[in-house]
Amino acid sequence: MNKNIKPLINGLITENPTFVLMLGMCPTLAVTTSAVNGLGMGLTTTAVLVLSNVFISVLRKLIPDSVRIPAFIVVIASFVTIVEMLLQAYIPSLYAALGIYIPLIVVNCIILGRAEAFASKNGVVASMFDGIGMGLGFTIALTLIGCVRELLGSGKLFEVRIFPEAYVPLTIFILAPGAFFVLAMFVAILNRIRMGKGRPLGKGGNCDALCEGCMNTACMERTRSLNGEKGDSGKDTPKQEAPAVQDNKEKADNTEKEEA
Amino acid sequence: MNELKHVSSNPHIRSNMSTQKIMLLVIASLLPAAGFGIWNFGAGALVLILICVGTCVLTEFLYTKGMKKAVTISDLSAAVTGLLLALNLPSNLPWWMAVIGSVFAILIAKELFGGLGQNFMNPALAGRCFLMICFAAHMTDFVYDGVSSATPLMLIRQGNNVSLIDMIIGRIPGTIGETSVIALMLGAVLLIVTGVIDVRIPFTYIVTFLIFIGLFSRRGWDPGYLIAELCGGGLMLGAFFMATDYVTSPITSRGRYIYGIILGVLTGIFRIFSSSAEGVSFAIIISNLLVPLIELVTVPKCFGKGGE
Repeated sequence: MNKNIKPLINGLITENPTFVLMLGMCPTLAVTTSAVNGLGMGLTTTAVLVLSNVFISVLRKLIPDSVRIPAFIVVIASFVTIVEMLLQAYIPSLYAALGIYIPLIVVNCIILGRAEAFASKNGVVASMFDGIGMGLGFTIALTLIGCVRELLGSGKLFEVRIFPEAYVPLTIFILAPGAFFVLAMFVAILNRIRMGKGRPLGKGGNCDALCEGCMNTACMERTRSLNGEKGDSGKDTPKQEAPAVQDNKEKADNTEKEEA
Repeated sequence: MNELKHVSSNPHIRSNMSTQKIMLLVIASLLPAAGFGIWNFGAGALVLILICVGTCVLTEFLYTKGMKKAVTISDLSAAVTGLLLALNLPSNLPWWMAVIGSVFAILIAKELFGGLGQNFMNPALAGRCFLMICFAAHMTDFVYDGVSSATPLMLIRQGNNVSLIDMIIGRIPGTIGETSVIALMLGAVLLIVTGVIDVRIPFTYIVTFLIFIGLFSRRGWDPGYLIAELCGGGLMLGAFFMATDYVTSPITSRGRYIYGIILGVLTGIFRIFSSSAEGVSFAIIISNLLVPLIELVTVPKCFGKGGE
């Protein structure tokens, strides 16, 4: 079971898609005007992510490499359509609030990224836990941003008034610039906390050591493992042909970073 | 034999000018406008100016202390930011809003980007625009002689006539420092004579703005209207004191003309076509963002490299 907990924690903290990987910025910035919207968007994405991860993992041996991206998109788009219709039927208020950003989940890079980097290379159960971890990480991040923006921008939290009526809201926080301010502050604070711990990300055995499927370009272990040298904790995962091109590119990026 | 010689890299020509001296000159040149604002709007304006300056200096002090950096408040740039911000606020603004604006100006717009010399937009205007977006109602509520009144810019926008003499002297509602053209010009002359600011930016700015207004306002070239647009709002304050900020304006000569033209056109667009009567602050911060691009395309050729 421990093997499955690791991808979970990985998605929640070490490789939080919003605060660490900086993926899925469009919904992060656009829909987090209130805590409820952030939570709704996060859970919707989680549902799609878990389902698509499981499905793609099941089909991973059947999908030819050359058409894998269109195949992933078809799978993801089907689930998004289902979720969209369910939302429209059962939670119309959330459906109205999220608007265009529900169909846009199809092109959310977290989902496609996890399909490409994890689900297409790992087993069904591991992929499901990876989906849950990443999805919940995204949900928590969006809810946190939504809470701060709603609290400062309208004095409420989950639509319950927190600050007294006399509070003059800082309207800018529920407008677009506020999203950037709050996101930047969160990332800055988290970076500060991580630097304070004095160890680089992913080194403390917190990650699942599946460097092949990892997207954390800041991780030294991963760079070493992808460059062919065996890291301290890096397990050798069987390499596939197709992603090698992409890995090479990332490798180049990493070596550049190291030199700099 | 092992004596160390003091060898420094260029430039070797030294100047007496220091950041502190420049900032002192800017403060001195803003004093007439600040003094007139206090006389025009009463003690509330003085309190607001003191709050803004105090908060800005304190924020910078606490941030640099907290981050264990060199404390830079003695270069007076934070004081200038506070003073400029206060001059851009209506005199009856609640004090805590001024505090929020000052903290935003120094902390977010200036210090988080690396302090003086690194800020990508004018901190005082960033603070003002932050307040503008947050508290639009308070920021456009100009109380004059005890009553809320429309600024001359709003009046001419609605097609009313305004007294040009009052506008030039400054006996009009508006923000604390923008009303008196005479007081502002006194300060501007001081800055130009001492060489602190370069006339190219304000000159291009104002000329472009006048041409744009003349062409697109549908009022033709009526001199009274043009002068009213020129003297109203924050144009004079913005053109001479804020668009010329060293950090956020281009350093190349051609770049300064381009920058001035962009400023003039943007201000014209905001004043004529937008829903509000004033647009100097937004024009300046948007142009600030374009400065790196302007500098990129106006790099002067090295001596001997010209002529393709």
